[in-house]
Amino acid sequence: MRRVNKDQRVRISLTLNGRKMSADAEPRMLLSDFLRHSLGATGTHVGCEHGVCGCCTVQIDGTAVRSCLTLAMQAEGREVTTVESLAGPGGKLNKLQQAFQNHHALQCGFCTPGILMSFTDYLARNPKPTEEELRDVLGGHICRCTGYAGIMAALKEAAGLTNANEPTGAKS
Amino acid sequence: MKPRPFDYVRPDTVDEAVALLAEHGDEARILAGGQSLMAMMNLRLADPGMLIDIARIAELSHIRDLGDRIEVGAAVTQNRLLAWPDLAKKLPLLAAALPFVGHFQTRNKGTVCGSIAHADPSSEIPLSLATLEGEVVLRGKRGERVLKAKDFQIDMLTTAREADELIVAVRFPVHTGRGVAFREVARRHGDFAMVAVAAFIEDKDHLRLGIGGMAGTPVVQRIAVSGMQDAIEKIASELVGYEDLHASAELRRDILRNLAPVVIAEAQKCAA
Repeated sequence: MRRVNKDQRVRISLTLNGRKMSADAEPRMLLSDFLRHSLGATGTHVGCEHGVCGCCTVQIDGTAVRSCLTLAMQAEGREVTTVESLAGPGGKLNKLQQAFQNHHALQCGFCTPGILMSFTDYLARNPKPTEEELRDVLGGHICRCTGYAGIMAALKEAAGLTNANEPTGAKS
Repeated sequence: MKPRPFDYVRPDTVDEAVALLAEHGDEARILAGGQSLMAMMNLRLADPGMLIDIARIAELSHIRDLGDRIEVGAAVTQNRLLAWPDLAKKLPLLAAALPFVGHFQTRNKGTVCGSIAHADPSSEIPLSLATLEGEVVLRGKRGERVLKAKDFQIDMLTTAREADELIVAVRFPVHTGRGVAFREVARRHGDFAMVAVAAFIEDKDHLRLGIGGMAGTPVVQRIAVSGMQDAIEKIASELVGYEDLHASAELRRDILRNLAPVVIAEAQKCAA
C-alpha cells in the first residue's frame, strides 16, 4: 500500500516519452503541473483545469486522458506520452502533425498538443474512422481560434479519408 | 484551480480499502477515474481529507458474465465496457447509452461504478442501471450488501452508501434481443444532458421508460403501450424539472414530451 500524507513531498517516478524521470511532489500535484513544472515538459498545455477544454490531454499507457484530472501520484510507475514524443529525428513532423501543417489546422496552437495526443490514441485503435467518428472525438477539445474546419481537414487526411494533395477549401 | 491538500493512499486490495474507509469514513473519498471528483476538487467544490485510489486494485477490474447479469468491477473504465465484445448482444441499452457519457478522452479514465457513485441526476449510466433494474454491490467492514438501483440513488448526488462502504461492482441484467433505445438532448454532444430518455420494451403491451435530468434521481415508469401518449404527458406535467443555466423546467418538460415518443419508437423498431 502506497501512502503519502498531505504535507509530505515524495519522489514520483514515471516513464516520460520512453525515458525514466522522477521529481518530488505532494499528493495534490496534478499530472499536468508535474509534467510542466517538475519535469519541464511544457508541450502539454493547461486550459480549464476541470477536464472540459482538452488542452492538457496526454497518454497514460497509450490511452488519452486529461492530465488536469489526474494526480501525478496516479501516473506513478506508468508510461506517460506527451506531444514532445511525436516528431521524429531533427524535428521531422509525423503524419498527423504534417496533416495539421498542410491544412493550417492551428492558429495559436494552444489546443493542438491535446488534440494530437487524443487522435494518436484514437487512430491507433480505429485506423479507418468515419468523418462522424472523428467529429465525435474532436468534440472532446475546444479550439477558440475557431479552427475546426482546418482541424477536421487535417484529421481526415491523417485518417486517409482524403488525399494529402487534395485542396480542401478549409485552407483559405 | 488546484485541489486543497489531502492524504493519498493507494491500497492493493479491497480489504485494505475497506479498512481505510472504516477508519476515516466521511473524511475520505474513493478515487477511481476521478473524472467528476478531480474536477470538483480543482473547483474546490469537494475537499476530502483523504483520497483512496482504487484504480489499480486487480480484484476490481473485472467484467464478469454471471449468466442473467453482467457484473462490472469498480475499476472498469467506461471505454473498457464500451469495447467489451459482448456488449451489443448482452447489454444493448449500455451500448446505446455509453457513447453519450462525457467524451472519448474522459471515458478512457472515468469508471462505470464511479458514475453510479457520483449519482448526477442527468448521468447516463445511473439512468441505464435504474431502467434495467440493476444492482449495486457495496462492501464494508460488516460485510457485503446488494442494493437495487432505485434504493441506491436517493437524490441528487446522494446515495444510500454508508461512509464506510465501498462500491465494489454494479450488476446489469442481461437483456439480449430486447427492444431498447437511448437518446438525450444537450447543448453540445458530451455536455450534461438537459433530458435523457431510455426505453426498454418489456412485452408487446408494456414498456419501461427511464428519464434522466428531470428529478433528483432517474425516474423509471412502467407504461402501457396503448396509453403511451397520455402517460408521457402525465409524467411530463408531474415532474418538476430543474431550472438552470441550460434550460428552464418548462423547456425540459417540452423536450421530454417530444423526445420520449421518438426513443420509444426506436426501441419498438429494434424489438420488431
